[in-house]
Formats: sequence, structure tokens, C-alpha cells
Amino acid sequence: MSSLEEPLGLDKLPSMNTIDRIQRFSSGACRPRMDDMGMGSCWIEGRDCSSSNSCSNDYDEFTEDSFPWTRHTRNGSKNNSFNRSSNGGRKDLGAGSICASWYFLDHQYRSKSDEKNMRTTSSKFLRGIPKFVKIVEVGPRDGLQNEKNTVPTAIKVELIRRLVSCGLPVVEATSFVSPKWVPQLADAKDVMEAVRDLEDARLPVLTPNMKGFQAAVAAGAKEVAVFASASESFSKSNINCSIEESLARYRAVTQAAKALSIPVRGYVSCAIGCPVEGSIPPSKVAYVARELHDMGCFEISLGDTIGVGTPGNVVPMLEAVMAVVPADKLAVHFHDTYGQSLPNILISLQMGISTVDSSVAGLGGCPYAKGATGNVATEDVVYMLNGLGVKTNVDLTKLMVTGEFISKHLSRASGSKTAVALCRATADASKI
Amino acid sequence: MKSELEMALASVALAIPGAAAIRDTQYLGVGTQAIGIGIRYSIEHVEVWVGILRPQITSMFVMLGVSQLVIIPANVLRRIQGRALLGSIPRYVKIIEVGPRDGLQNEKDIVPTKVKIELIKMLVSSGLPVVEATSFVSPKWVPQLGDAKDVMEAIQNVEGARFPVLTPNLKGFEAAVAAGAKEVAVFASASESFSKSNINCSIEESLKRYHDVSLAAEKASIPIRGYISCVVGCPVEGKVPPAKVAYVAEKLYEMGCSEISLGDTIGVGTPGTVVPMLEAVMNVVPVDKLAVHFHDTYGQALSNILASLQMGIATVDSSVAGLGGCPYAKGASGNVATEDVVYMLYGLGVKTNVDLGKVMLAGDFICRHLGRPSHSKTATALRTSTAHVSKL
Repeated sequence: MSSLEEPLGLDKLPSMNTIDRIQRFSSGACRPRMDDMGMGSCWIEGRDCSSSNSCSNDYDEFTEDSFPWTRHTRNGSKNNSFNRSSNGGRKDLGAGSICASWYFLDHQYRSKSDEKNMRTTSSKFLRGIPKFVKIVEVGPRDGLQNEKNTVPTAIKVELIRRLVSCGLPVVEATSFVSPKWVPQLADAKDVMEAVRDLEDARLPVLTPNMKGFQAAVAAGAKEVAVFASASESFSKSNINCSIEESLARYRAVTQAAKALSIPVRGYVSCAIGCPVEGSIPPSKVAYVARELHDMGCFEISLGDTIGVGTPGNVVPMLEAVMAVVPADKLAVHFHDTYGQSLPNILISLQMGISTVDSSVAGLGGCPYAKGATGNVATEDVVYMLNGLGVKTNVDLTKLMVTGEFISKHLSRASGSKTAVALCRATADASKI
Repeated sequence: MKSELEMALASVALAIPGAAAIRDTQYLGVGTQAIGIGIRYSIEHVEVWVGILRPQITSMFVMLGVSQLVIIPANVLRRIQGRALLGSIPRYVKIIEVGPRDGLQNEKDIVPTKVKIELIKMLVSSGLPVVEATSFVSPKWVPQLGDAKDVMEAIQNVEGARFPVLTPNLKGFEAAVAAGAKEVAVFASASESFSKSNINCSIEESLKRYHDVSLAAEKASIPIRGYISCVVGCPVEGKVPPAKVAYVAEKLYEMGCSEISLGDTIGVGTPGTVVPMLEAVMNVVPVDKLAVHFHDTYGQALSNILASLQMGIATVDSSVAGLGGCPYAKGASGNVATEDVVYMLYGLGVKTNVDLGKVMLAGDFICRHLGRPSHSKTATALRTSTAHVSKL
């Protein structure tokens, strides 16, 4: 997968100043040992660094200037074929109750020159953010399976159609977990049948084991997802088996999937905290992520199942996982139970993650804290990404209409603050 | 050129202990000064960044126009990255609790004086260092805070926090001082239209008014906080240029404001617009004199706060239970909830001296009186989380 044909622009090159700093950073403790080099004498010049303690000082120096290189990710190229605009602000909304408050869409708050400036801003905190982020819409599956009201098949299908037409590249359609456990998605087969002809998006489905996998394939699924946990207790209580047993199950699934050229996505739940065990060590998450990756999952979605994470523990977790799984194979799946998902997503983007799971209108409450929210709302994520100048190919206006559609059917208010704000903003400025 | 590069990469790869065959290469760029190349190994993921190589390898790269190359193991790289993202966050953040003022003035129901006082006392006992107590804006405009004098009187002896009050002009300032205020706040806008529609005068006129207040305050040794509204967007004008915000900030700073609070009044900001705005302001006002006041109308407040912390901002305004809806988008939320902010800061290892449990009690108290649920997700989650694990 050589990308020798795609050099970065020269503006991405580090300044000589930075190079000096990096030079100083190349101390002995961080360098591979010379003997192992097999190239005779020291192959990396630089200041001689005798003690390994000085390495930490060098790290600190680094914080002053940003680390100049961002990894060149490949996600963008896959989606170049999409021509949909990402900011549908000025589109004619036609009949519909959504008011045309394009006015407040954040892209209005950046002029053309700002867009350019933002990519070349001296701020190190924005520079590392990927240019394109793939949003994996989990509303029809993760969202609906956690709603107390079951939605009729026709509505589910309409929801999926609408989501696809918003430009979302991936829409998780349903789940082949036994209806005994997830009655809300018992119509999986019928849903798959009805969305067969949808072409513009990928429609993965959850499969808990070989049986579910076979049912999914028979129903026409072209992509599946499996579901492991970083917490032993949660694994046992949620899917009735240990982590190792679940991984063994999924190895069988991935084998079968490979034979049929069906991509498999791996979820890791409790990536930060577990309702039973509390804090989960990053190394555990890295272990499970690596196992899923090695068995053939093309993408690993790291889920903060109970929403307890903050950037303070998301960063060490991502550090550990990204050391063993390439960043472009990772996705983040944050829950907004404590309102922390957007800052967690921001820090993940800054770390180089470029795939984010979210749920239209914030569908799907938290099963552990009654009345508390669960999934982060896709509209809020898209709003933030638009503001950051990140391309998503998602039409925010259409997305909000879709969110309103499903919220009405569930008889509940939208869980998306962006949707609520854009729907009700008045043009008049009232006094503060 | 391609194959020479690949050869060079191959020899570099083999030189690294534990490396097997190259599985994947990414060519990032080449120039006369530096080259960055990503190499992934089948055992460890290693990325190649910029540095200097010895002659054997260097000669190969010099041919390609490269003069520097170094290899850093991926786990080390990640740690640097992580540290850089969190390392600049201040160790201590001061939270300015604006619930009793900014919160209550934007609630449709008026709360009795007794309840306001109890709320303030509960907030102080949670450790919040500053609690904005009330406002001396005319009750004609802000009926919810018509009892400003009574509130001030009742909290005269409450210790443990500072109680700034809003004062729109010299008259309000004098009334505030007479009522016992020891700290005041003034309120300018970065948007001309908003200034005219909100406080009925231009930005320049408002600054003149506040200059008069600042002179009086200086004489009385009373600190002034300066608020700037519409620092990202205005409901009338749309985008607000960072330079405008910097201009108003500098003026407030020059007239003696001890702190400038930058307010995203309609909550439209994201880090993409907040960061350039902060950069502009930080050019003219020292960062330790700045505070951020984000509204959560679009759910963006916490990520904006995170970006601000990364830039070194160490003072954050918030409102218990997210009191105070947005006057511009009916039914939409306004202030960011103190509980959610404290939760995030705690998770970041930042000291606040605030007891989350006690803030939640205060939030619970006021929400019961307002007859509506808390807008704080943290408070909602912590109140109702069950110990049992239910099936997903």
C-alpha cells in the first residue's frame, strides 16, 4: 500500500528550528542501541546523551513546538468519489418544520481565508487533526437497540435510507443478536431485505457468533461487526463468556468472513471504565484491540461504554492501543453519559484518529444510568467537525431532518443540542 | 527514484532491532531539508520522522534530496504526542460560578430571594472560589434579579468566596457598592449590532461608560471583571473577527479590568473558531487575565473549554445545573453546567478545589425549585446510575 505518489505539501515540512530540537531529542536512551545497528559506528548523529533521565527533559522541550509531522492517513482517498457537499446550510429545505437557520451553522463563522488560515494556523492543537473524518452512523443499531420503544420495520428502513442520503459513508443497519436479548432488532432479516438496493453507503451488521454471521450473510449482509470487551466482568455479564472465549468465537467468524471477502469490524467495549470493575488498564484495551486486529478485523472501534472517560484517560488508552494497531484502523465510540464525548472526540482527532462513531439525534440511552444519555449525537459531531474544517461529506441539514423524523416516531426530544438549537433559533436578538 | 527509496527504507528497516520485513510504507514528502517517512513493521509499528543519519544512509537520501532522517519508535512517538496535547493544560483552574446571576437571569421563572441566598450558600460550601451573586442592571430589563440589594445584604457575612455583581454603568456601580459589593463586572460586546441591541449603545460608548466605572472602582479599590460577549458569533452580524475581540479585550485590560471573560454568547463556536480568537486576544492580554465563558447551545462548550485549557487558559465560567437557557434559540440550552466542567477537569487531573457532590446538591436544590430537570449530564448520570450491570 505504498503511497509514494502522494507527497505532502512543502508547508508541512518542519522548520529548521524544529529539526534542531529533534536533533537534541535523539538522545542515547531513545536511540536503538548502536551494536544492534550492524552499521558500525553510531548511525544517528546528535548530542551525546549519557543518562536516560535527560530523555524526559527532551520530551518537555517538545511541548514547546508542535511535533511537526502528522501521519499521512489514507482515509481521505477512499472517499474522494463522494461529491456531496458537507455544509448544506443554504439548501432549500422545502416542506418541513426545520427552520432555515443556516445562519448559525458554524461554517458561516469562518470566511474563505479563515479556512486556509486554519490549516496553517500556528496552533499545534489544530494542526494534527485529520483533514477527513469518516463518521460511522450507529443509530439504527446501537441507537435503536437501547431505546425502550421498538420501532416498526418500515420506519427503520426509512431511517436507514434517509441516513444514507445524508452522505454518511457507513450506517450500521441492524444486529443478528438473538431477539431474546435484543427484541428491538428482531426484524433484522426484514430490514436487510429492504435495504438491499441501497448503494451509497456500507451497511454493516452486528454478529455475535457463527450462527449470527451465517444468518447475516443469508440475509444479504456485506459487512459484519463483532463485539469484545476489555473488561472480563463485563464480557461475562454482557455476552456470557470470557474475553478469550469471545475472541475464539470471533476468530471463527473472521475466518468464515475472509473466505467470503466480507470485512469485519471489531468493537472493544469498556475501553475506559467498566460498570463492575471500574477503571480499565490501557494495556488490556490494547491487548484486545491487537487480537481483533490480528485476527483480521479491518477496523477496531474503541468504546467508552459507560461514558466515564475524559481526555485525561482517553489519551493514555489511545497511546497504548496506537502502539499496537495503526491509527487508521481505529475508531472511537464515545458515550455522552457525562457530557464528555465531544472533548474526547476532539482529543482523539488531535491524536490522529479519523473515524468516529455517533448516533443520529443521540439515539440510545445508557442502560446503566437510568434516564442518562448514551451515544453522542451525530449532528453535534458533524457541527464540531465542520467548525474544525474537517470534511465528512455529511449534509448537516438533511441529518437534522432525519433526526427529527426518528425522534418523532420515538416520541422523544432529540438528544442533539445542535438539532434543537438550529430548529428553534430565532432571528431577533433579545436582551441579555 | 521509487525503487531507490524503497531500497533505502529496506536497509534502514533491517537495521532496527526486532524488525522483520517492511509491511507498509508511506511517503510523506521530500524537500531539500527534510523527509518524513512512515514505515510499519510487522512486529512493532515504527514511524520515521526527522533527524540525522550517518553517511552510509545519508548518501542514499542525499541523492533523493534528503539531509535528515531519524527513527522514533511508535510508542515513544505516541507518548510525546499525548504529553504535548495534555502537557500545557494548567494544573489549577479557577471556576467562576455564574448560576445565581447569568443562570437565573435567563430562566423564565423568578426565584424567591430566600432560595437565591440558599443557592449561593450551597455553592460557596462546595468550594467554588467565585460566585457571581446578582446584577444591578435595572429590574426593568432583568426582573429576575430585582432583589439584588436584598441578596447582597443577606450574603454580607458569607465567607469563603468572592461575590462579584454585574454593573451596567456608574449608577449601577454606586448602588452595588452601597449594597455592600466588593467586586463588580462590566459587560461589553465584540459585535457592534449586538451592543446596540443589547445595551442600547455602541461598543465605544459602552467602553466610555465602563471607563468611568473603572475610575470609581479604582478609587474604592474594587476589582472589575470585564465580559466580552459575541466573541465568536453574533445573532445579527454572524461571524465576529478575532481582531475585534482583541480590540475590546485590550481596551478593557487597559482600563484596569483584573480579568476579561470571553463569551461565546450564542454557543456557535468550535475549537476551529475559538482557537484563532484566543490567539488574537492572547497577543494583547496576558493569558492569566483571561477567562472563557462558553455556552452549550450546540453542545460544543466542553470541547471549546478543552481547547482553551490547551492554550493555557486557567479560568472557566460555568453555571450549576446548566442554569440559564439561550435567549436566542428557544428551548435550547445556554450556560455550560458546572458539574460537567468539574467532571472533565477532575479527569484531566486539574485542581479546582470544588467538591462535585456538593455542587450536585446545589444543582438539585435549585432545579427542584425551578421545577425542571438538571441540564448537567454528569449530575443526571451520577444521580441515577445503578450498581447492577444490565444487559446491553
